[in-house]
Amino acid sequence: MDQLVQPNLIMLILFAIFVNNYVLSQFLGICPFLGVSKKLETAVGMGVAVIFVITLSSAVTYFVYHLLLVNLHIEYLYNIAFILVIAALVQLVEMFLKKSSPSLYQALGVYLPLITTNCAVLGVAVVNMQNNYTFIASVLNGFGGATGFALSIILFAGIRERMAFNNIPKPFQGFPIALVSATLMSLAFLGFQGLIQL
Amino acid sequence: MGNPIKIIKNGILDENPTFRQVIGMCPTLATTTSAINGIGMGLSTAAVLICSNVAIAALRKFIPDKVRIPAFVVVIASFVTIVQFLLQAYLPSLNDALGLYIPLIVVNCIILGRAEAFASKNSAIDSLFDGVGNGLGFTIALTVIGLVREFIGSGTLFGITVLPDFFPKTLMFIMSPGAFLTLGVLMAILNYVTSKKSA
Repeated sequence: MDQLVQPNLIMLILFAIFVNNYVLSQFLGICPFLGVSKKLETAVGMGVAVIFVITLSSAVTYFVYHLLLVNLHIEYLYNIAFILVIAALVQLVEMFLKKSSPSLYQALGVYLPLITTNCAVLGVAVVNMQNNYTFIASVLNGFGGATGFALSIILFAGIRERMAFNNIPKPFQGFPIALVSATLMSLAFLGFQGLIQL
Repeated sequence: MGNPIKIIKNGILDENPTFRQVIGMCPTLATTTSAINGIGMGLSTAAVLICSNVAIAALRKFIPDKVRIPAFVVVIASFVTIVQFLLQAYLPSLNDALGLYIPLIVVNCIILGRAEAFASKNSAIDSLFDGVGNGLGFTIALTVIGLVREFIGSGTLFGITVLPDFFPKTLMFIMSPGAFLTLGVLMAILNYVTSKKSA
């Protein structure tokens, strides 16, 4: 088996949050980014839920890949294995939230089961696998990436809340103006490019 | 059985996945740096969508309602793995260009969305046409976005140089901000045209 890679961990987290931001430069998790960002409160809830799910799934998929798939020589089935693990995890988080915080559960609505189809979750798992990260690096990469997602969705929700009172030309109302604001945010994050090299 | 032409047209125009339903945004933004990549991604997704729609519609009576989502996901993931192998074998350059986004077809909301909204309620043949319509609608949208970004960003169309060398290229358009901007402006133009038409 190839040697596992462990980059500088602090750099890895900063790289995942700012430089390689999963939403604004990798385009992973755009659906919830556009869908759940109308109110700050739900954006915070979504961000926290995603941090939790991605960190957990990075850890679980690491073991599934290295202990199960590699030993059985069925690495090519990683896609099916990962998505099943993620779907089960999301179900677990959903049951947990339903009991512990019904208001947050209500607020997240359909977007909670949709974390399953949040490409960032599967994306992080696949990136960890492709880069051959160690267990610690995988978990931290997941945590960093998810924090980057939470950061951008919360900032974006703040912008959209203010925009609700603006006078926007009719054809631009709704998604188009949201996309244009995302352009500006993405442009700002482009400034971090090249700041850190792994 | 529904009218096949109507189902296909519905997928391409009235319920266009990208411009109308605004789903499947991740590959739409990420892979449209050129028109060729857009077509490649669109057709790969369409192939998975058509196969999974037919398979799910054919199996819909056997899949228990409670476990339908995991069952759908397994069907979709299997087809994605097949498409990935085919691309690696026959179109390695496209496979390299699309990279991470090929395995991520699994989590494209369009595919699961159509499985849930259409294939689980309709016959296999209707679902086939629904897959073709939505798949084509997605491919067309990706190609248009790819054309615009490629033209402004690198001055080419389908890889052929169109703009002369002295003409400045706006590199931003093939980077991430350009993706958001192009999609936003195209959507606004479409809104404007449809509102003019209906008025």
